[in-house]
Amino acid sequence: MSQALTTAHSVVAPSVLSKRIAGAIVILYALVSMIPLAWILMTGFKTPPDSIAYPPKIVFAPSLEGYCNLFTTRTRQTQEYIQSLGPPQTICDEITRKRDMVIAGPSNYVPRFWNSLVIAFGSTFCAVSLGVLSAYAFSRFRIPLADDLLFFILSTRMMPPIAVAIPIYLMYRKLGLSDTALGMILLYTAVNVSLAVWLLKGFIDEIPREYEEAAMIDGYTRLHAFFKVVLPQAATGIAATAIFCLIFAWNEYAFAVLLTSGEAQTAPPFIPTIIGEGGMDWPAVGAGTTLFLVPLLVFTVLLRKHLLRGITFGAVRK
Amino acid sequence: MADVALRNVTKRFRSVTAIDGLTLDIADGELTVLVGPTGAGKTTALRIVAGLEKPDQGEVWIDGRNAADLEPAARDVTFVFQQYSLYPHLSVFDNLAFPLRSPARRVAEPEIRKRVEEVASLLRIAHKLANKSTQLSGGEMQRVAIGRALVRKPSVYLMDEPLSSLDAKLRGDLRVELKRIQQDLGATILYVTHDQIEAMTMANRIGVIDKGRLIQVGSPRQIYEDPVTLYVAQRFGQPQINVLPAGLLPNGALPPGAVTVGARTEHLDLRKDGGGEALVEWVEHLGDQNHLHVRLGAHRITTLTPPDTPFKSGDRVAVGLTKPLYFDARGLRVRSA
Repeated sequence: MSQALTTAHSVVAPSVLSKRIAGAIVILYALVSMIPLAWILMTGFKTPPDSIAYPPKIVFAPSLEGYCNLFTTRTRQTQEYIQSLGPPQTICDEITRKRDMVIAGPSNYVPRFWNSLVIAFGSTFCAVSLGVLSAYAFSRFRIPLADDLLFFILSTRMMPPIAVAIPIYLMYRKLGLSDTALGMILLYTAVNVSLAVWLLKGFIDEIPREYEEAAMIDGYTRLHAFFKVVLPQAATGIAATAIFCLIFAWNEYAFAVLLTSGEAQTAPPFIPTIIGEGGMDWPAVGAGTTLFLVPLLVFTVLLRKHLLRGITFGAVRK
Repeated sequence: MADVALRNVTKRFRSVTAIDGLTLDIADGELTVLVGPTGAGKTTALRIVAGLEKPDQGEVWIDGRNAADLEPAARDVTFVFQQYSLYPHLSVFDNLAFPLRSPARRVAEPEIRKRVEEVASLLRIAHKLANKSTQLSGGEMQRVAIGRALVRKPSVYLMDEPLSSLDAKLRGDLRVELKRIQQDLGATILYVTHDQIEAMTMANRIGVIDKGRLIQVGSPRQIYEDPVTLYVAQRFGQPQINVLPAGLLPNGALPPGAVTVGARTEHLDLRKDGGGEALVEWVEHLGDQNHLHVRLGAHRITTLTPPDTPFKSGDRVAVGLTKPLYFDARGLRVRSA
């Protein structure tokens, strides 16, 4: 075959040059998308004056003030009072006292973060469990109007969820679900379950039904066969679906602002309300956001092997 | 072990009739092969016996019991699928042990180990027990699948083209092995294939099925020598039976109604004859034998000759018939008086 025929659609291995160009573009893209993340990470380690300095400081003396402020509430005191206290117990005591303040108590960050964990993982678990069961039913049984039902399930995603925020708000007030973790879990489950059903149906469709049939002939009930044979093979799809559901529930802001204000408030509406003296406490916000990224990062890294295979939807199985 | 009987079984999928009034008896310890093309209803018949499909009409009897209300798990049958039957998340050992660990059986672990090892050595996969089932070759996978049926010691084995995804050599080996195991165990097997060689070599009895209807049941020899329709005659024999208009070749008086003549190698009588009406077009050398392609007017005849055949392409030959098969206009066999 002549050289001229090795076009863009050729199956011949790409040249070194085109590989390098492709690599450079990917790296450039990765760097650009990481700028905001890097900025948040940096802001978390700045002092409040550094964080609002103009021109912005790229090089600065790192400080834990943001993290101290994130986890504590502080009150301003007189020099005499501060000097009357004993030596500082922790590094946060020290940082706080330099600003003529003392730590008054813990902030709400930890309980809000805990709410986020409970609500996001709880709703993900519910959405994926319901999703895998209904996806299995849609995949294996002859359900009257199955196609219409599937379309109906999907149609719940066709409007912005916030469009139903006011009816839900009123409903939740009546039902006593306002500002409760249960209410938020139900809500996020309802939003995610349609995505879960659709994603998982694709994965389960790909599992040949001969596996279950073999198990059923071998003395297993359908339910047993489902747990012993179908679930292990749907693991990739379940992991991918769980990550998508978790990302939504973890980052959801609009409903959280509207429906949670106290007890059940999640981290996303809480973080922007961290106010220091004289305006936003940007280092604390940066610190809170950085820590907020950690669970999702850990979860995704743990499941990344499944995720990569899952997102390609079985195109490269085995 | 047990016998199986299908009584007038019919199964429709929407407008398609997959099985049409199938009646078939499989005796205890017998290997019955259902042969037919893709879509003939062979697999549906197996699935009905297994209980994976419910027949629209008719009955299935297994070991003297009407199986109508029996779940697949309660029928004491096993099913070897064409493929996909190994669980990729389990090891070979766990795959083989899977049926024994079912809630319906709950065999004790030491007994499971014993039986799995027995079957593994029978199938010569004992050294692969610790492997992941995905790390096996195609032949090993299919042997594990057969092994999974064997550990159960069921009354009836159902096999759906278990060898068709294997290459020719392995298929040959496993065919012999499977037949040997069947004879050792005295197993009742209903075996589905589209491969005439598998059917001829393994079966005690063959059922030929087409478009959901059972056309003929008989021993391999009966099916080959005494087919009831042209269709059955065409499914067996290599090279395929030659179909010629009746009367094209002189062969005495035709039976009444005969329209076509079916002539296999053994019915053909070829002689070199400079004035012969047929022409040898070419000779295919297969090593142990030759295929001889002969043209007779507008018709082609293919027949077998020994490797040291005197015929070569361009030869003129005279063609005669000896006791060929006659068929009427609908393809039904017409017997000479």
